[in-house]
Amino acid sequence: MTLWRGRNRSVGRSRLSWRDLTSEAVAGLLARPSRTALTILGTVLGITALVATLGIARTAGSQIVGQFDALQATSVTVENRTEGFFGGGPQVSHIPWDAEARLVRLNGVVAAGTITRVDTQGELVRSVPINDPLGQSEFAIDVYAASPGLFDAIDATLSAGRFFDAGHDARRDPVAVVGPAAARRLNITRVDQQPAIFVGDTTLVVVGILTDVRREPVLLDAIVVPNGTARRLFGLQAPTKVAIRTELGAARLIGEQAPVALEPNDPATLRVIVPPEPRAVQEAVESDVNTLFLVLGAVALLVGAIGIANVTLVSVLERVGEIGLRRAVGAARRHIAAQFLAESAAMGLIGGIIGASAGVLVVVGVSAAQQWTPVLDLRVPVAAPIAGAVIGLVAGLYPSWRAASLEPVDALRGGT
Amino acid sequence: MSVIVELDAVRRTFPGPPAVEAVRDATLTVEEGDYVAVVGPSGSGKSTLLSIVGCLDRPTGGRYELTGIDVGELSDGELAALRGRRVGFVFQAFHLLQHRSALENVEIGLLYNQTPRRERRAMAEAALERVGLGHRIEFPPRHLSGGEQQRVAIARAIAPRPSLLLCDEPTGNLDSKTSEAILGLFDELQADGLTLMVVTHDPAVSRHARRTVEIVDGVMAEAS
Ligand SMILES: Nc1ncnc2c1ncn2[C@@H]1O[C@H](COP(=O)(O)OP(=O)(O)OP(=O)(O)O)[C@@H](O)[C@H]1O
Ligand SMILES: [Mg+2]
Repeated sequence: MTLWRGRNRSVGRSRLSWRDLTSEAVAGLLARPSRTALTILGTVLGITALVATLGIARTAGSQIVGQFDALQATSVTVENRTEGFFGGGPQVSHIPWDAEARLVRLNGVVAAGTITRVDTQGELVRSVPINDPLGQSEFAIDVYAASPGLFDAIDATLSAGRFFDAGHDARRDPVAVVGPAAARRLNITRVDQQPAIFVGDTTLVVVGILTDVRREPVLLDAIVVPNGTARRLFGLQAPTKVAIRTELGAARLIGEQAPVALEPNDPATLRVIVPPEPRAVQEAVESDVNTLFLVLGAVALLVGAIGIANVTLVSVLERVGEIGLRRAVGAARRHIAAQFLAESAAMGLIGGIIGASAGVLVVVGVSAAQQWTPVLDLRVPVAAPIAGAVIGLVAGLYPSWRAASLEPVDALRGGT
Repeated sequence: MSVIVELDAVRRTFPGPPAVEAVRDATLTVEEGDYVAVVGPSGSGKSTLLSIVGCLDRPTGGRYELTGIDVGELSDGELAALRGRRVGFVFQAFHLLQHRSALENVEIGLLYNQTPRRERRAMAEAALERVGLGHRIEFPPRHLSGGEQQRVAIARAIAPRPSLLLCDEPTGNLDSKTSEAILGLFDELQADGLTLMVVTHDPAVSRHARRTVEIVDGVMAEAS
């Protein structure tokens, strides 16, 4: 009986499966757990810094863009170009009375309406015909003229009553919708009994009280009357501003079309305010936040990589005997190199995984503290462990080359 | 009987300076089942010769065939493969991985030579059983005595069922009683048909061996 292999001329190759390589690398790392943990720490810090930076920048950017999205991304405003702080004196407005009708015909316009400050010659506003001897009863409150579509165009909501409509406008009815602050000052809380207010000698019936006007905050403390009413009672000459609410994504197109629709002969006399391009805002914010922290993260990562390289090199020198033994039992140079590369890559990978998790936690934590919605490009937490592994791999190149180039005889003489 | 080792005027010169002729014109034939002791003073070239026989090192002159394969024609990788399958090594320092169990240490001997993963455990257990350590397979080396550690190393060397077992001072770190037990184990392995070559200072080893080769200053002579 012979246990021992007979003569065989074929030599073949040594091999090491991926599975065996992995378990040998894991065993190598677990042999010195605290050293491995400390080595990984550098990569963890670097990856955490990078992931957190990218996440926070994206979150902050989206936060700002989110505000734009909600309001401004669909807001377009058209004004006379010549109107301004220094515009004094009577002016010719290029915005026609039927601006609303012209604009809602455009594809992409959800609602539109004119809004014009009314010159009341400094008349004060009161809610009772007789002066109240006990307190102030007359207030300086702005009066605005609007076309009926304005309320929809500016996302106005009511706490009581109704908006005025095209009928009020056409009949030039003396009706008004008041903003919440103005209503409080005038002590009007309900409209079912048709309360009257007085602008100088002019009587207006309040038909509605606003709660919010998100796109035109000046209306919070103002009285709004139909255009027709303002022309009859206050001698309004022309509308001076148009507010347009567009469908999402249509703002820029409407911004180009609106002046032509309003003043086909000379659209250049009108000034259009459209929302900024969201991507541009986001990128501006991200690049501001990013640069500094990305540099810091990269430095931390570099230090982490040097740590891995250093520890792997020390490990190679300590394990010379083990290297010799593995060569004696059939490991080729490439298997020795693969073992140390696998160990350094595994350290980088683990650092990347922990760092990505910690970075995501930081983003979520900061967002929670700021009451932001955390936003993170999903590719970042996926790429982070891969980046960690690649860094570990690169850091292991030199040590594993050193390990592989040891001669087996020298290695066996060297260690225990 | 087939020839396992065929050395023909093998030289190993270390290029200095100064150049050292560690082995000069060594000629030796070892047949299957032989048990050869290699003796000689310190620095005479015993370990160098063993490294060449074990394909850890290449001769700088002459011709060497292991199991009929001319190692001079083989690449580095092929030499490694040849070692992994045909040669088992036992060293004075046991070269055990301290953080792995006895069984895992023996399995390392089967890791690189294409032994299927699922067969390794059974082969390693059988080898540990063979050296009398069947009851210690989960022990880490630090919980084993010196003699037991050397048995683990022997199990690792014989687990792949090599053609040749090479031992460099296998009893150098052991007391005489433990040494005698290891030598008894070698006798048993030889009886199983294994071919052994043992480098030693220990006269007891050469008493167990069938043949003794003496090297002085790199020059080999067979004692009769
Ligand atoms: N890599 C090397 N470079 C140069 N000289 C070497 C090298 N390896 C061994 N030698 C020399 O070769 C000679 C033989 O060394 P070897 O290790 O084979 O001796 P040995 O017989 O095993 O001695 P010992 O009984 O002390 O182990 C010695 O003089 C040694 O200095
Ligand atoms: Mg020696």
